[in-house]
Amino acid sequence: MQAVNGISYSVSSGEIVAIVGESGSGKSVSALTVLGLVQTPPGRIVNGKILFDGSNLLTLDDQAIRDMRGRDIAMVFQEPMSSLNPVLSIGRQLTESMKLHLGLDKVEANNRAVELLTMVGISDPAGRLKQYPHQLSGGMRQRVMIAMALSCKPKLIIADEPTTALDVTIQAQVLSLMQDLCKQMGVALVLITHNLGIVARYAEQVNVMYAGRIVEAGSALEVYANPSHPYTVGLLNSVPRLDQDRGKPLDPIPGNPPDMAALGAGCAFAARCRFAGDRCQNEVPPLTSVDGSHQSACWEIDALHQESAA
Amino acid sequence: MKTSNVAFDSRVVDDQAPLLTVDNLQVHFPVREGIIIQKTVGHIKAVDGVSFDVRPGETLGLVGESGCGKTTIGRCLLKLETPTGGQVQFKGSDISKLNADEMFSYRRQVQAVFQDPFSSLNPRMSVGDIVTEPIVIHDKKADFVERAHRLKDLLNTCGLPTNLADRYPHEMSGGQRQRVGIARALALRPEFIVCDEAVSALDVSIQAQIIRLLEDLRAEFGLTYLFIGHDLSVVRHLCHRVAVMYLGKIVEIGECDTIFQNPKHPYTQALLTAVPIPDPEKERARAHTYISGEVPSPMNPPSGCVFHPRCQLAEDSCKTQIPAQRDFPDGQKVACPLS
Repeated sequence: MQAVNGISYSVSSGEIVAIVGESGSGKSVSALTVLGLVQTPPGRIVNGKILFDGSNLLTLDDQAIRDMRGRDIAMVFQEPMSSLNPVLSIGRQLTESMKLHLGLDKVEANNRAVELLTMVGISDPAGRLKQYPHQLSGGMRQRVMIAMALSCKPKLIIADEPTTALDVTIQAQVLSLMQDLCKQMGVALVLITHNLGIVARYAEQVNVMYAGRIVEAGSALEVYANPSHPYTVGLLNSVPRLDQDRGKPLDPIPGNPPDMAALGAGCAFAARCRFAGDRCQNEVPPLTSVDGSHQSACWEIDALHQESAA
Repeated sequence: MKTSNVAFDSRVVDDQAPLLTVDNLQVHFPVREGIIIQKTVGHIKAVDGVSFDVRPGETLGLVGESGCGKTTIGRCLLKLETPTGGQVQFKGSDISKLNADEMFSYRRQVQAVFQDPFSSLNPRMSVGDIVTEPIVIHDKKADFVERAHRLKDLLNTCGLPTNLADRYPHEMSGGQRQRVGIARALALRPEFIVCDEAVSALDVSIQAQIIRLLEDLRAEFGLTYLFIGHDLSVVRHLCHRVAVMYLGKIVEIGECDTIFQNPKHPYTQALLTAVPIPDPEKERARAHTYISGEVPSPMNPPSGCVFHPRCQLAEDSCKTQIPAQRDFPDGQKVACPLS
């Protein structure tokens, strides 16, 4: 099974890049690869390069990648319930990486932890250090995760569905916080999500993934103004929006996402695509430029554009 | 009939007799402490004086953040929870006073679709058994052949291939499972369906399919829904009227168009600005003001207006006085004196 197949993207510091896709599209696996967190076996990275500051992460040995994890590249996971250790206090978990990577002693690390918790908007930070994850609400736990990610001043943060488990007002607080911190500290952020609204609000670059491949990439403005892959168009038509007429019927993408273990020869989206022709069944479309940096992987892109122009 | 702690009465005056009436509903869960000798140390007021009507054929949306009591209301309507105060009337009769026969018939008319299609289907029953179980219980006259016919019809109605009848839940995708849950709810041709976060756990493209299915079924069978959800875009799309809840109370209720175009309660306004619109140009032009803080514990709710610690408009009087309901044209009702 090929969970991720030939994807390329880049992030510069201070930039927010979104990876959008549905469950099983490979967006999380591609992020885990960056941190060397894909279990081998059964997982195997067959090919490719991940360049971070010029060095290829995939060729680093275990020790080197361990030094990098948490210090240069940090990750915020989806479920704050299950990604914090329930039997260790917040303080212990928050200071662990600082003691390890930055060589701070206990007092220094604690001071910095208080600083970080204040920064992410947690009240009574000194008291929180002694608390355990179950004593905090979901939004608080996610803030702790963000504080942890920021603790060693990383250059890159990968946030995998950081707000999916949170309520909408808390989601807005957490994401705006991450956006502000990235801008201030020049951290690059890879935001993995399935929510097209979040992408529109926070991301500068967008990569749309389907069945392990990037099917469309470009700046958020370009991709939303001129969606150039039938899957992106389908996604945008499937979500009800607050800025549209209420009576407008939804236009869902028919069918189900493909079985990743049994992908055919052609475009993985062909079975659900209105535009699919013979070529789509047999050949995988390459990512080609639509307009400058805006790229799309579709054989029938002309038909799609004709229809959206009409 | 109104007691002093009824902060909000949100009935809509309408000539059509309501199918369902919820009047001053209260659900308070006791909080106990101690291992051997337990004593009650307080109550969690999950639902605290909620009143609304659901008219036949309409879809009422119930929105709010987690812990605001929307699911508890749904469970009360299904009689999975016993209210500690107030009453629920279905077609004019109080559902807490139904005798066994009437209860049997009530269960037939009111069905539910739950959030998690993984845990709401019995993993050891085949799809056919799951969907026909209500028929076996309620229509004892239906024989094997009739059940098979009805199963086929139900699967067709819900867009499932008939050969799925012999499969088990683990063999299906999330969307298919949710369709099975809907087919089961439809098996007895109910009038009223409680959809508790029925599309929240699904992927975007599948979610749109299920929303379409719910709309089609509503038109085909004249169903009435109580649609519980936290995604405001989905609620706006599907519902005729919407009630916004905060900490066990309804803060604003009214026609969907009115609420979304002209939200009056500060909490409704805050919720709406927090929902991102999938259009970067519009997003960049929008003002992003967020309410700070989190939902307080329902065990120890703030005095006065429960929203005052997070409200930007709050005045001193909000800390002490429980806001009275204010009526606006179009049946919009708002529990905020400053709106």
